[in-house]
Amino acid sequence: MTTTITLNGEEHELAGPTSALELVAGIVGKQLSSDGTPSDGTRLGIAVAVDGEVLRRGRWAEFALDEGHTVDVVTAVQGG
Amino acid sequence: MSWTIDGAAMNSRLVMGTGGAGSLSILAEALQASGTELTTVAMRRFDAESRDSVFALLQDLGIRVLPNTAGCYTARDAILTAQLAREALETNWVKLEVIADEDTLLPDPIELFRAAEELVLDGFTVFAYTNDDPALAKRLEDAGVAAVMPAGAPIGSGLGILNPHNIETIVARAQVPIILDAGVGTASDAALAMELGCTAVLLASAVTRAHDANSMARAMALAVEAGHIAAGAGRIPKRPLALASSSFAGMVESL
Repeated sequence: MTTTITLNGEEHELAGPTSALELVAGIVGKQLSSDGTPSDGTRLGIAVAVDGEVLRRGRWAEFALDEGHTVDVVTAVQGG
Repeated sequence: MSWTIDGAAMNSRLVMGTGGAGSLSILAEALQASGTELTTVAMRRFDAESRDSVFALLQDLGIRVLPNTAGCYTARDAILTAQLAREALETNWVKLEVIADEDTLLPDPIELFRAAEELVLDGFTVFAYTNDDPALAKRLEDAGVAAVMPAGAPIGSGLGILNPHNIETIVARAQVPIILDAGVGTASDAALAMELGCTAVLLASAVTRAHDANSMARAMALAVEAGHIAAGAGRIPKRPLALASSSFAGMVESL
């Protein structure tokens, strides 16, 4: 059974049960430890909001994405 | 010569923005030429297409990152953006921008003040981008922001400092650092900001959109330093008529 979420403003289908950690790792193409930090020791520079609330990095692994969730994955870009 | 904010001492009084640069390599060179130690970034949705990371660049250059809330029109959006920046970049410093409309990009004073109050309560070190309004500047300081950043002129306009008297008034009444933000077009604008007593100057477009970004970055660094020294040295009073610098005593007179 697939789950449909809104990811960065667009519909996104998840093939099976997916944690926020798995989603982020897939998007950024990096392996992440269970605390949400990259396994290669670099700083990820990514934050996640679910339904307009920040989901702290330490909770990504335990947070299961559900049908209808609105997820934003943000990072720093040039500006200001 | 250094200044301090939230316990952090900084030697450079030039805070840079990263917007407007054609590429990250151009930006990197300009940032180095500017000597800046603090530089802003915006927060946006992750795009897998853009591999270049401005956050990684700033880490490589050893420049402290100052996330902003650029593009936010409401206190609510600005607060969420600040919280996301804190999480992503591991800093509680934020340049708070809440704009009123896209033509002027001027701050919305009411939403700005609401956001500033909440972010201060939430433990943020708030750099508040504001209008050149001495009353609002004072209210923001009373609300607990760490620095007030009045606009010299609209963002990206290059019009310089439209109301130097207001900037001077804001500086004279402030206990927190005043950082002139927005409107700087060329080096003399940055020097004037410092002469008016500002602690630092924040600029981006004036450098990143200059024909020669590196040279303009260097010019800005010198201008900020010169203006700061001049402010401390004390300018002579303006007079309506000349005051001779050479003595008239011993003049040779023609017969």
